[in-house]
Amino acid sequence: MSKKTFIGLCFVPLAILVAAFFVLPMARLVVTGASGHDGLRTYAAILLDPRYRATLINTILLATATTLATLVISTISGLFLQRHHFPGRAVLIAMLTFPLAFPGVVVGFMIILLAGRQGLIGDVTLRLLGDKQVFAYSLQGLFLGYLYFSIPRVILTIMAAVEKLDPSLEEAARALGAGPWRVVRDVVLPALAPAFIASGAIAFATAMGAFGTAFTLATDIDVLPMLIYTEFTLSANFAVAAALSVGLGLVTWAILALARSFGGNTVAAAG
Amino acid sequence: MKTTRDCLIFLGQLAFTLLVAAFLIVPAVLSMLAGITSNYFLGVKSGLTLQWVLQVWELYHDTIFRSFLIAFSTLAVTLAVGIPAAYALHLRNDRVSRAVEEIITLPLAIPGLAIALALLLTYGGFSDFRRSWLFILVGHAIFTLPFMVRSVMAVFAAIDVKTLDEGAASLGASPWRRFCDVIVPNARPGILAGSLMVVTLSLGEFNLTWMLHTPLTKTLPVGLADSYASMRLEVASAYTLVFFIMIIPLLTAMQVFAGYRGAASGPKR
Amino acid sequence: MSGNDKTNGHGVALRVHACAKTFADGTRALEPVTLDVARGETVVLLGPSGCGKTTLLRIIAGLETPDAGGRILFNEADVTRVPIERRNVGMVFQSYALFPNMNVSDNIGYGLKIRGVSEAERKARIAELVALTGIAGLEHRRVDQLSGGQRQRVALARAVAARPSVLLLDEPLTALDAALRERLRGELNRLLRTLGITAIYVTHDQAEAMALGDRIVVMRRGAIAQVGTPRDIYFAPANRFVAEFVGAANILEAECNAGVLLLPGGRLALANDAAAAALNGHANGRIFAMIRPESIRIIAPDGAALTGEVDSVSFVGDRQRAAIGGVAGKPIMVDVPNSTPIKAGDRVGLSVDPGDIRVLAGDTA
Ligand SMILES: Nc1ncnc2c1ncn2[C@@H]1O[C@H](COP(=O)(O)OP(=O)(O)OP(=O)(O)O)[C@@H](O)[C@H]1O
Ligand SMILES: [Mg+2]
Repeated sequence: MSKKTFIGLCFVPLAILVAAFFVLPMARLVVTGASGHDGLRTYAAILLDPRYRATLINTILLATATTLATLVISTISGLFLQRHHFPGRAVLIAMLTFPLAFPGVVVGFMIILLAGRQGLIGDVTLRLLGDKQVFAYSLQGLFLGYLYFSIPRVILTIMAAVEKLDPSLEEAARALGAGPWRVVRDVVLPALAPAFIASGAIAFATAMGAFGTAFTLATDIDVLPMLIYTEFTLSANFAVAAALSVGLGLVTWAILALARSFGGNTVAAAG
Repeated sequence: MKTTRDCLIFLGQLAFTLLVAAFLIVPAVLSMLAGITSNYFLGVKSGLTLQWVLQVWELYHDTIFRSFLIAFSTLAVTLAVGIPAAYALHLRNDRVSRAVEEIITLPLAIPGLAIALALLLTYGGFSDFRRSWLFILVGHAIFTLPFMVRSVMAVFAAIDVKTLDEGAASLGASPWRRFCDVIVPNARPGILAGSLMVVTLSLGEFNLTWMLHTPLTKTLPVGLADSYASMRLEVASAYTLVFFIMIIPLLTAMQVFAGYRGAASGPKR
Repeated sequence: MSGNDKTNGHGVALRVHACAKTFADGTRALEPVTLDVARGETVVLLGPSGCGKTTLLRIIAGLETPDAGGRILFNEADVTRVPIERRNVGMVFQSYALFPNMNVSDNIGYGLKIRGVSEAERKARIAELVALTGIAGLEHRRVDQLSGGQRQRVALARAVAARPSVLLLDEPLTALDAALRERLRGELNRLLRTLGITAIYVTHDQAEAMALGDRIVVMRRGAIAQVGTPRDIYFAPANRFVAEFVGAANILEAECNAGVLLLPGGRLALANDAAAAALNGHANGRIFAMIRPESIRIIAPDGAALTGEVDSVSFVGDRQRAAIGGVAGKPIMVDVPNSTPIKAGDRVGLSVDPGDIRVLAGDTA
């Protein structure tokens, strides 16, 4: 057997699995999107139908807010953790990255425990202010949930990027007279830009498609994955669900592809 | 050159980071506590108990077994498909192979919900398949495959596997022998890292699984969602506790492994 | 800030007083070092890897704090507690540390911008430096589109743009290939003289040190082994370490009797004062003598006071270097003109001018 044949054979299991269970189904999904009684116009409805459009905008705004907040939080903490060595640092890092593999449902539950009806925040506010704060099932709750699963990933990427920074760049800036804030603004943040783009894109794409958290917080919050789910299971509106899925997939894919073209390495994980 | 200002900045950042860590860790700790507290509403003083964990076991033990079954089957599939694929992709490294790589990493960029819908629309009619756990397995395999392939390819790129392969060929080994004797053993770090990732992701996968499961093929995360919606907080917490106990060893192994590789890959200042 | 003195020669007189450095992990990188550098002088820190050159430079820069008791003075003013960003130093790093998010002229003008210099003035100064360092035409390039030599010039221009009090250079040429290194060494020399700036230059390359330094500080294991002009260091090394580290040296350990060295290959007369000094007034004893290979002449063996046999000859282009055995304990190196016919096995006589023999203080290493 020649080497070429062997390499060809190595592709066979992959080809079967991916063709049968990914390429074919995705093609079917795209076709189904156009197979409703509105035909191809179902796709246009994502943007034209006021309800779908509002949901799309909602989802994008929420994902954007999540991404920005996560980047700010993770940069402050990531820079701090990589720059200072103190007792307990390893524990702190472990705590910050522990939720890395939590599924969206569990993250939802964490938010319920924090801000739900029997949650910690409600408990504390009741005692301090005499007014029970419950916001797990609102937009703020969903935002917190998205933060919860974005922070560990983004912090890891940023810490790795900070570690790779050339310390002499900062020393050079200081030698030229730049104070601490200037150094951060003129040297550190620009050098971290690729990490921001890569991890920001992942956070954004994950937030766009996150289903488990929204599902657990189970409210009337209109985000795209919940809309797809209700259209599919409750209304049996297959064409609309498929068209919305294709639209959602295109948006997340485009964001990640765009980030990659800027040089970021983007490997997303479950949301 | 420590000034008071530096100290204040340090303390500010420390406080901020502690706050973030608390946000992430406190609810997890609360849920673990709630899972072994007699009555969460009354607090820990109501006593500690294992009754909720036992109840979870009675109600949901099948989901735990099924989750493990699916996770390890997914691992087997991704190993059998992913390692040869990574090898072939690395060696060919041309336009076609890059396109293939692009396609198999797409499931990372597309929300699980969309993939699940696609599978349902295509195979929902094959009712025996649709009703078996194999349907979920297929979804998990598609979703986790890119992690295995990338992880193994990263090692191939790092160890110059081409030269190793050519060396073994010059000694007269057939392609199959070379693959078994030289390629796979040298890819072990990548295979291990990929495997940990695949098992962890499969155990926690919800977005796809929720759409693909039937009442008879519930996995642990599906059961979790179920308990969050319909059980008292203590039971839901106990169930979450069980999930934590399952994934913490995996997460720890992954971090140790990453730390070990990080330390090996370059000097630290 | 530095003000805009257009006069040639800016910079301060620098004083390093008893600066030692012990790192947090216990590494003793620097023993207490004291050093004075005159205004406008270029001082080269020379020494083997790990001897503390960079550490001393970083203490002067303000990137490290000296251990208690150490002080850094610029023009008599104590700046030990002043952070680097307010010390007004210029630094050139081995990796250049150019900011990748800024183009060439933004890099050069960064220090001026921080000092609030107006845009027009900044432009003028950048143009001046671009011309001075010979990088005209590259002003709008991104720094990753520059060659190594061009980067080096940009780094230099950036460091001197704001007219620093001291210019600090840490192996600025090490990242370049040999030919380019030599050319830039020449340019750097010209530039340092033109600017008349006080400069501290770190290197482990002795040729660089000789070419650039008004004075050289030879360092060893965190301490200063010798300070002197390149000529002092070369012709009058203070000890065996300096002699061997700077240039090629034959070190002969031998009995000295009445001003004459007794060697296996014969006798070698020393200058009177040298022998006396080394032996502290005693008439005889063991001493170390250093002779540079180029100070030894090959003569006919018959009647020569010192003879040996050629072990090997290597042709180096502008000369040949012969190893002569049987003269001292180990073969001694002799530089021979490239036209002299000489081959292994020849018996030769050696002659050395007593003034070219340097008797060294006893040194164990
Ligand atoms: N941050 C640090 N922590 C601990 N030890 C250090 C640190 N920086 C330098 N050292 C140690 O101090 C000693 C002197 O280092 P230094 O960098 O000054 O040497 P050098 O003369 O510049 O060497 P080279 O020519 O290799 O650059 C070395 O033994 C080095 O390992
Ligand atoms: Mg150094």
